[in-house]
Amino acid sequence: MAFQILLNFTLAFIWMFLSSNFTASGFLIGFLLGMLAIIMMRRFFKQRIYLVRVWALIKLTLLFIKELIMANVQVLKLALSPKLNMQPAFFALPIELKEEWEITLLSSLITLTPGTIVVHISDDAKTLYIHAIDIDDVDEAIDDIKNSFEKAIMEVTKS
Amino acid sequence: MTILANILIVFFISVGVLFIVVTAIGLIRFPDLYTRAHAASKSATLGVMCILIGVFLYFWLIEGHFNPRILLGVLFLFITGPVGGHIMSRSSYIAGIKPWKGTVKDDLGPEIERMKKEQGIK
Repeated sequence: MAFQILLNFTLAFIWMFLSSNFTASGFLIGFLLGMLAIIMMRRFFKQRIYLVRVWALIKLTLLFIKELIMANVQVLKLALSPKLNMQPAFFALPIELKEEWEITLLSSLITLTPGTIVVHISDDAKTLYIHAIDIDDVDEAIDDIKNSFEKAIMEVTKS
Repeated sequence: MTILANILIVFFISVGVLFIVVTAIGLIRFPDLYTRAHAASKSATLGVMCILIGVFLYFWLIEGHFNPRILLGVLFLFITGPVGGHIMSRSSYIAGIKPWKGTVKDDLGPEIERMKKEQGIK
């Protein structure tokens, strides 16, 4: 991915030298033309084309903002409801992510999403221990959310 | 245009203040440390972020001054907020603070016991 972006920058600079147009707009035109060239030559790269990954990153960000707002509405409901009838629980969640930064990202996302906080990560980094504020109606929904987050992160990182 | 900008600014700042007030109420009302960590790490993050975005929009749209430092502040809050919640709840569990009696399920207890035994911590 880094190689493709670097190649795209190089092509943009070559375009600037070819047209002797050393301005931001010249760079932008060269970047777009280079992007086109990279898309046309995509079967020569071993990895996926980097635009797919950028798109996956944008989708992950949007998903995350949506979950963040929902989490806050849920805390608002719980804090302002007249009776405290929640059922907190600690539960274990097995994960498949390998890289440390992926696990960090996943646990940050889980902490900022509705009703869950990551309390502990096991030593072999295969299980997350999560505190849920209301296990009753969330238990299955949580697993769905985790699957969607984990899938979205894998979508970003798979080569 | 100014009216639209003003509406946007007032919306962001009031939503931020609302979430911070909810954080404070949650900190008083929730029964134990772990549920309070929920209120503190989520609502406070979004509340402060909303207020910062409101301030950014005010200086950008009304005063005509684009201040990227506020955006960087939003980004740093985004990164550090959840980590703070995680570290505080984890260290208090290891220090032996009991969860609320209403807690229905505890997968973490045995794991922490095992870890303490392995590393020789009392």
